[in-house]
Amino acid sequence: MAENGFCPEWIVQNWDRYVDPFFQHVLLTVVSVVIGFAIAAVMAVVAHRRRRLNGPLVGLTEVLYTIPSPAAFLLLLPFTGFGTVSALIALTAYSLNAMLRSMVTGLAGVPEDIKDSARGMGLTERQLLWKVELPLALPEIFAGLRIASVTTVGLATLAFLAGAGGLGESIESQISFKSNVVVAGGLCVLLAVALDSLIRTLQKASTPWTRARLT
Amino acid sequence: MNASDPAQTSTASPAGRQAATLELRDVVKLYPGQEEPAVDHLSLEVPAGEICVLVGPSGCGKTTAMRMVNRMVEITDGDILVGGQSVTDRTPYELRREIGYVIQQVGLFPHLTIADNIATVPKLLGWDRDRIAARVEELLQLVQLDPEQTRDRYPAQLSGGQRQRIGVARALATDPPLMLMDEPFGAIDPINRERLQNEFLRLQVELRKTIVFVTHDIDEAIKMGDRIAILKQGGRLAQYAEPAELLMNPADEFVKDFVGNDRALKRLALQRVRDIDLWQAPMVRKGETTASVRQKLEKADVKIPLLVDEDGCPIGWLSDRAYAGEEVKADLRSRAEPTVEMDDILRDALADLLGSELQYGVVVDEQGRATGVLSIELVGQGVHGVAPARTGADALAT
Ligand SMILES: Nc1ncnc2c1ncn2[C@@H]1O[C@H](COP(=O)(O)OP(=O)(O)OP(=O)(O)O)[C@@H](O)[C@H]1O
Ligand SMILES: [Mg+2]
Repeated sequence: MAENGFCPEWIVQNWDRYVDPFFQHVLLTVVSVVIGFAIAAVMAVVAHRRRRLNGPLVGLTEVLYTIPSPAAFLLLLPFTGFGTVSALIALTAYSLNAMLRSMVTGLAGVPEDIKDSARGMGLTERQLLWKVELPLALPEIFAGLRIASVTTVGLATLAFLAGAGGLGESIESQISFKSNVVVAGGLCVLLAVALDSLIRTLQKASTPWTRARLT
Repeated sequence: MNASDPAQTSTASPAGRQAATLELRDVVKLYPGQEEPAVDHLSLEVPAGEICVLVGPSGCGKTTAMRMVNRMVEITDGDILVGGQSVTDRTPYELRREIGYVIQQVGLFPHLTIADNIATVPKLLGWDRDRIAARVEELLQLVQLDPEQTRDRYPAQLSGGQRQRIGVARALATDPPLMLMDEPFGAIDPINRERLQNEFLRLQVELRKTIVFVTHDIDEAIKMGDRIAILKQGGRLAQYAEPAELLMNPADEFVKDFVGNDRALKRLALQRVRDIDLWQAPMVRKGETTASVRQKLEKADVKIPLLVDEDGCPIGWLSDRAYAGEEVKADLRSRAEPTVEMDDILRDALADLLGSELQYGVVVDEQGRATGVLSIELVGQGVHGVAPARTGADALAT
């Protein structure tokens, strides 16, 4: 072992112990972001249809976002018990704010003249939403999704407080051992970067028009 | 040019949809929370196949009046009939799919290709793919864009003028019997605007749509309209008439002011050279006998012989010396410039004449053959004399 506590050989030998926590971490992140996305989407459409609900809905996600995360995990224990469910609920609640905000901004940013011509050609409000407003809000929606994913990867390191495992548990278990912290922390960063570039690829594929320029 | 003319009411566009008559009956719009109506008891009848221009100062209710036709704005009182049927009998969505709609900002969908933009209403109506593809191709050609090059582009990849053409093509997609156009060329620079206006008038000759065209530009109104409705503040109708009538007999001070002091000059834009009873000059060829020239001179309106070539194309005005001997010599006092074309509007022709020495312009047909002579005097008579027979799209039809 090297003086500074960083030991490559140890890492190679003990690689196995990170596999399960890593996949737990992926699961926690992806599941909570997906559920969060669905809930945020419903909230966004409701807020878009009924402008009066816009403020209260965004405010609600803001409140959820400001609860300190360890407190959130512990608060949930009496209701949902110790384990993955509590962690997922808390992480989902945290992810809502970034995604709802971006969706609301995206939908509100669709130019009036485009909506006017759509209505003038006889699109119903539902067709307007699906065929015009949502596609045009995609760049914003994807931006929110990326922020939510990266943030959730970070927050999921605290999921072990709710007994849901993840890379946070690996870090915590031997926090003074540098090799351990580097590997577990490094995997977190790697996961964040991988998710971000995956979403970025999806965004590129689904919004070719954003790169169209007058030639 | 009126509703009782059977040739007008039965005019069908090439695809077969008949243009619809449009009638506004005492239409009122009072926006919620406003004291004064935006449109006040407006009644208009637009015969099928004609362009009705709504014109007036900013905020006088032109857009509001137009948008009540496809129920983008709900009518407060009165009724609007399209093809004899009240618009309030239909659901707004169905109604709008049958009425072409073009706005100043065009409002193309930036996330859809040009083909998909044009296909918007056909898709809503459930046309099949092949029919849509064929129609897109046809429409792109109609608005003079190359289908191969344009189809798969996004709106951001087109110029302003091209986008405007696509806006028109999209509105024409299902061959609607009625079109609404709100300042469609308002955002285009003057040179391209003129081109788009001419192109559109040429299209209209073929399509014969009933069109409500909103503008705040009286010159555009005069150029585009078969009929013009001038609105005053508060959406009250000041005058509804054909352009020539409007220019010759403005109903009140407001109309007079709005039309401008140069009404006589504006009338020049309504008439074309072919509408004028032209003068005849003695047309002579090289080698003709002087006796024959003198004979022609006696009957002619213009007392100077015009030398033409074998095909009848003008060469120049002869000097006195040219027919002093036995035969005509090619001795010119001046060349036959400018020449004026039958389709030129009088305003352009007059500008040419003012620049020439003789103040006579030789009028030529499509083959460049001399058919007569236009003088400044004739232009003057045209302006003061009879109302021009044809206006708007009709004038370009011939
Ligand atoms: N949605 C609305 N709610 C309340 N008032 C309105 C609304 N739309 C238009 N108005 C008012 O109605 C009047 C007529 O407006 P409209 O847009 O029809 O005028 P316009 O002749 O088209 O003007 P412009 O040449 O500037 O386009 C204006 O006073 C305008 O402020
Ligand atoms: Mg307007």
